[in-house]
Amino acid sequence: MSEPNLTATAELIALGVPEAPRRLPNLNRAPFEIRALKSGFLTALTWIAALLASVPLFSVIYRLAIEGGSRLDWEALTALPPSAFEQGGGFGNAIVGTLVMVGLATLISVPIGIFAAIYLAILDPDSRLAHSVRFLSKALTGFPSILAGVFVYAVLVVTMKTYSALAGGVALAVLMLPTVVLAAEQAMMMVPKKMKDAAFGIGCTRAQVIWKVVLPTGAPGILTGVMLAIAGAAGNSAPLLFTALFSGYYLTSLTEPTASLAILIFNFSGMPYDNQIELAWAASLVLVMVVLVFNILARIIGRQKH
Amino acid sequence: MASHHFDHVDRSGSVSGPPSAGDYIFDRGFRGVAWLSAVFILALVVYIVIEIGGKALPAFSEYGFGFLTSTTWNVQTGQFGILPEIWGTLYSSLLALIIGGVFGVAIAIFLTQDFLHGHLAAVFRTIIELLAAIPSVVYGLWGIYVLIPLLRPVANWLHGEFGFVPFFGTSLSGPGLGPAALVLAIMILPTVASISVDALHQVPYKVKEAAYGMGTTRWEAILKVMLPTAGSGILAALVLGFGRALGETMALAMLIGNSNQISLSLFSPANTLAALLASSFPEAGPVEVRALMYAALVLLAITLIVNAIGLAVMKFATRKFEAER
Amino acid sequence: MNATAEMTAAGAASASAPTGAIVMNCQIDKVFYGDFLAVRASTVPIEKNKITGFIGPSGCGKSTVLRSLNRMNDLIPIFRFEGKVTYHGQDIYDRKVDPVVVRRYIGMVFQQPNPFAMSIYDNVAFGLRLNGFKGNLDERVEKALKGAACWNEVKDKLKNSGLSLSGGQQQRLCIARAIATEPDVLLMDEPCSALDPIATRRVEELMLELKEKYTIALVTHNMQQATRVADTTAFFGVDISQGSRTGYLVEMGPTRQIFEDPQEKLTGEYVRGEFS
Repeated sequence: MSEPNLTATAELIALGVPEAPRRLPNLNRAPFEIRALKSGFLTALTWIAALLASVPLFSVIYRLAIEGGSRLDWEALTALPPSAFEQGGGFGNAIVGTLVMVGLATLISVPIGIFAAIYLAILDPDSRLAHSVRFLSKALTGFPSILAGVFVYAVLVVTMKTYSALAGGVALAVLMLPTVVLAAEQAMMMVPKKMKDAAFGIGCTRAQVIWKVVLPTGAPGILTGVMLAIAGAAGNSAPLLFTALFSGYYLTSLTEPTASLAILIFNFSGMPYDNQIELAWAASLVLVMVVLVFNILARIIGRQKH
Repeated sequence: MASHHFDHVDRSGSVSGPPSAGDYIFDRGFRGVAWLSAVFILALVVYIVIEIGGKALPAFSEYGFGFLTSTTWNVQTGQFGILPEIWGTLYSSLLALIIGGVFGVAIAIFLTQDFLHGHLAAVFRTIIELLAAIPSVVYGLWGIYVLIPLLRPVANWLHGEFGFVPFFGTSLSGPGLGPAALVLAIMILPTVASISVDALHQVPYKVKEAAYGMGTTRWEAILKVMLPTAGSGILAALVLGFGRALGETMALAMLIGNSNQISLSLFSPANTLAALLASSFPEAGPVEVRALMYAALVLLAITLIVNAIGLAVMKFATRKFEAER
Repeated sequence: MNATAEMTAAGAASASAPTGAIVMNCQIDKVFYGDFLAVRASTVPIEKNKITGFIGPSGCGKSTVLRSLNRMNDLIPIFRFEGKVTYHGQDIYDRKVDPVVVRRYIGMVFQQPNPFAMSIYDNVAFGLRLNGFKGNLDERVEKALKGAACWNEVKDKLKNSGLSLSGGQQQRLCIARAIATEPDVLLMDEPCSALDPIATRRVEELMLELKEKYTIALVTHNMQQATRVADTTAFFGVDISQGSRTGYLVEMGPTRQIFEDPQEKLTGEYVRGEFS
């Protein structure tokens, strides 16, 4: 195969090609050139940053499994919190309290949030009201959660003259509301315009377009947002500190101080007794599991969309 | 409306007909409820500001602006000031922003600039998202029993060898600003990372192609083209992350030491506005509650301003790309 | 010839006298999007049990005119309609008229197939349920699907999502959905533009069947399609003399006449493909 090439070259020479062939640039990799070294160094730094950032997550999960797992039994899940020198005990009332208050917050925030999102996404997206509500919802997502507690304390606790599950639920609802609004608006905007057109074209009223087409089509996205909001509320404790306070007993009415997992962890973490600290870890494990379940649900529902 | 039924169009077999009275009532009611809900959110925010502002008013008229510059918090003598808390809030948030910001932006680059493929990228994204899902109190607990014992020997060595540097001016006996800021950094990292990821995703693909087309290395493309182009979005991520750090409560209340002092040292205990509210509110008497309401108003004002700046920067960043398209 | 020239000079659109009963008469004065004049003076009568084709270059306002016939354009906030559209003698732009009611009598098939994210059955039954139909739902769904020539393809998978069908099947499903309630008029906005030639052919055959029962207005960008299915053709042009692109009706008449013996020079140039 090299034969004809040689002759070709020979012919070219014979023809007397005047110019010397242009010197080809070196296209090979130069792994030790400054540019390459700099690139490699930065890439390594980025990898280290990413790995380092994952350490806390694994450390938290590991310690929860070790410290919390060893204490997590039926007694811990059902018994009442122990007093200072008592052994054993659990946090059953805190589990119930957390579920009740998060449920209450969901009942309050989800309908209002979805209806407000309907207004923002479909009914009048460019009105001044819509623009202000959108801005305020975004601002509220960065709102310190403890201030929701301060607000509800001023509005409900002072007027009802008691800390209560109701106040705790309302405070959590204030925190869930913006998440639900923004996620639901996003989900409804994703419903293709051509589907809305089809519904209008067949003679739907606006409410019928939304009720029969937009909401069912956007449901997975809306539900994902709701799940994430619930996960956030379940783990949030600051607003409960002085709205629900705490209680050593199972709740019997919505208008009495109520225990929650997060506040139990907060209270027990600072106590100088091993029993309480162990329970704080076990309660943390339960709390993280509740939060993760809702997070995973959100992911599963969100994925079904496609 | 009822007079327009187009009844004369009646054809055998056609079921076309106007919406029923019930349909109209449903339509009106539905839209009415949606409008009310939107108004409710608007009213809620206004109410929150008025309520907290109103409850803070008595303390404001009593202590005036001196409240912001005084360093005493004494319930017995009725002297209240929140300068140490303002200092602690800003200092801890700034430290968290530096650490969380560097890591958050690095991770955003890591996730968007083709360092990882397919599954691994999804795994890392999930890890960062889960980092945000861990409740604040759990970080607090982890900080007390894992992080502080880990940091203490390092901190005390630094204090011993470099005690003349103001940052290492005290030893770490337990809770302190450093561990609190570190946990705060972990908590805001996902916020910074996810908003930065969005900002980097917004850079049109053609910009990246143009950079590579000029013969840049990957890092030259990132540093000279991608980051400057996504700059305002990343700035928004940092500002919003800072805003989140300012208001973070439980982990700080557990880790910062709740001590009313101003110090540059990373290892001395300190306090923040949110932690002050968390630790003092449940047991406060009426006089202290009024002072706490004033503190809450200050926290509200600071976070609202920071968040508004962040959102404005973000809007500017998004608009820039919309205009380009 | 003189008469035609006079009519053009007067700026009014020329239309030969319709032969059948007129179901709708669209008398546009001006149509605006914001400050932009999209369509100017044009009169388009729609005859009963015929297919009226709208053709013309892009930007000539043919879709805008079609969407004015069932007030779909009301969904665009900056849209403004001046003139009137009579439907059996009644102006649908009268302030007392509810556009929702109009759309129940005047159905629409869109450019992109747009089934709802629900089962095939529920898609077709949607309009029936919406109108509070109390009779035998299954029967009507089957009838509509047969009418849209897709019963045989979907009868075994009525529970499957409407989105699982191919593009051509989706479009026929949308036609089934539109005719399930047996409306009076069907508006079709380039219904074949997203379909392949075979699917297009089936939809065209379907249109010819449907005109036995319905009155159809069809926007098409495909002149061959107009010659194949339209009884009457309306040719719209674009006037760029005022600095913006304003659409108007140039000529309307029996399809044969428009394509073989157009009265207007512009129409002749367009149908011969001399400009687009």
